[in-house]
Amino acid sequence: MERTIRVLVAKPGLDGHDRGAKVIARALRDAGMEVIYTGLRQTPEQIVSAAVQEDVDVVAMSILSGAHNHLFPRVMELLKEKGVDDVLVIGGGVIPDDDIPGLKGAGIAAVFTPGSPTGDIIEFIKKNLKRKA
Amino acid sequence: MSDTDSIKKGFEAYDSGVEKSIARFPERKKSFVTGSKSPVKRLYTPLDDAGRDYARDVGFPGEYPYTRGVQNTMYRGRFWTMRQYAGFSTAEESNKRYKFLLEQGTTGLSVAFDLPTQIGYDSDHALSQGEVGKVGVAIDSLADMEILFDGIPLDKVSTSMTINAPASVLLAMYIAVAEKQGVSPDKLEGTIQNDILKEYVARGTYIFPPAPSMRLITDIFAYCSKSVPNWNTISISGYHIREAGSTAAQEVAFTIADGIAYVDAAIKAGLDVDQFAPRLSFFFNAHNDLFEEVAKFRAARRVWAKVMKERFGAKSPKSLSLRFHTQTAGSTLTAQQPDNNIVRVAIQTLAAVLGGTQSLHTNSKDEALALPTEASVRIALRTQQIVAYESGAAETIDPLAGSYYVESMTDRIQKEAEAYIATIDGLGGAVKAIEKGYVQQEIQDAAYAYQMDVESGERVVVGVNKFQIEEGSPKGLLRVDPIVGERQAAKLKELRAKRDNRAVEGTLAALKAGAKGDANLMPLILDAVKAYATLGEICDVLRAEFGEYQQKVIL
Repeated sequence: MERTIRVLVAKPGLDGHDRGAKVIARALRDAGMEVIYTGLRQTPEQIVSAAVQEDVDVVAMSILSGAHNHLFPRVMELLKEKGVDDVLVIGGGVIPDDDIPGLKGAGIAAVFTPGSPTGDIIEFIKKNLKRKA
Repeated sequence: MSDTDSIKKGFEAYDSGVEKSIARFPERKKSFVTGSKSPVKRLYTPLDDAGRDYARDVGFPGEYPYTRGVQNTMYRGRFWTMRQYAGFSTAEESNKRYKFLLEQGTTGLSVAFDLPTQIGYDSDHALSQGEVGKVGVAIDSLADMEILFDGIPLDKVSTSMTINAPASVLLAMYIAVAEKQGVSPDKLEGTIQNDILKEYVARGTYIFPPAPSMRLITDIFAYCSKSVPNWNTISISGYHIREAGSTAAQEVAFTIADGIAYVDAAIKAGLDVDQFAPRLSFFFNAHNDLFEEVAKFRAARRVWAKVMKERFGAKSPKSLSLRFHTQTAGSTLTAQQPDNNIVRVAIQTLAAVLGGTQSLHTNSKDEALALPTEASVRIALRTQQIVAYESGAAETIDPLAGSYYVESMTDRIQKEAEAYIATIDGLGGAVKAIEKGYVQQEIQDAAYAYQMDVESGERVVVGVNKFQIEEGSPKGLLRVDPIVGERQAAKLKELRAKRDNRAVEGTLAALKAGAKGDANLMPLILDAVKAYATLGEICDVLRAEFGEYQQKVIL
């Protein structure tokens, strides 16, 4: 039997727009994953410690405030510092296309922009898990 | 045969004919629904008017229950205020954008603050990193505010400020800037959003727990009713509730339930309802379903008028009339084929105008991608001007009144909203309902249902799940220089070195003492602001006394 995929849905920074994060959390849960949602205003440090503590397979972060270039790479740095390299990290929100290559370079596996169907995100997670079930 | 009987007979004949023809040629769908998923009948007739009393339920413009509008001449007197929400980067940059907007014919300013400002952190705070100047302008002290309004005479413009948890601080800064321009507070016109309850459920820029937050709000009501009499002391907002995914009826219901909580709190604080209620204002969303949105605005006016009269015994017509600002629905903008957003915004603009809004912000086509450029803001403003000057929609009052469909939907939204308000009353009022997570859960359920309908294709979003094209990356988006954070931090360092720090400490100590007791905090905050205490310093004093709100996480 397949192990249940565990996902941390996180809202880094001061942004209060959580409609997308919550819809995705619910869609992942409906797709059979175990979902932990952090709530608003998480620092990169809080997100990384929650990811480690909850032993998740995936961290899915959402930012609509424009702070993604600062906060997403910071989460990657901290994961690396903690020696975590088997967690799939994805991001989403209002993120200009021009910023996506830089974020991918920092280790964000995929960036989902407005209008992305939740089905695409579910499929991406299933195909790209770093830890094998 | 009476009129009704003959209409009934005619309708039955029509209906049986339809049944026969759809047996051969089925309609596009089995059932038809509004944007908020309420059933829509094939045809509305005078039969749907049964039970509505014109004088009681509809009435005349400027008269109870204000269904047809809050003024007796509406846009024949003057158009709504065309007010574009703007602000980014530094005070200098935003000041330039405001002057551009005024040159282009906006008739009021609307200030967007960055997230650190909205949450009461200075730009050099650790939590501000990466956020400074991003979604609005960074304001750390009166010095920034002086630059923001440089060359803009505050006795000539009205200014709306989207600021909630630290609303008193920003209002104090505005009053202080005006005084430096030689404008006394009684000449100031504008609005602070100051609506903390919707921050807890939908927008997220809260600082303090509900009780001290309500105190800050009622302190503002009391202070302004004496000293800043033409200021709208709150903008009770359904906009963000709708953006978070609610239905149209929920938007009305939860907004008015919040309004009830503020009025209750103010009365408990000893204020007279007709003294503060005339300065309460509202803020709604203009979504895609044109007729449902018009009905929503009409229903909101009627529900509020009834609440104020029947529940609170308000007597002044100004206390009974719901004045509102509208913004077109940001969540309907698509990142795909962004030019299509111009058309969506035009329809939403028409809904706001047909619904009798007092002021309007139109979104720009590129806002699903980034902050808008000057060129796209201009199109958004031109959209309002075209509706105002060319469409004819503003030439008569409430032109959709009497439409069998719109009147019947107005009644339906009123009924649904009143049922929700009764449920919230049963839970102990809006504050309790929010603490229990009821409001959040209702909104989230609607949001999830909406997304599932888009994904199943039941709800078509042009360019997203139908009529897609291959397209390249959009070019020419606005970018905020990441150096803004450092620049603000340097300014703060200089300010802290130059100002009279003993005066700052004195005013902050007085504020602390005031917060411990039950003094009105507005004058104390004004003193601190004038001594150039920073926003973060003032909010830190209040954080220490009041504590911080812990979000109720609902999935």
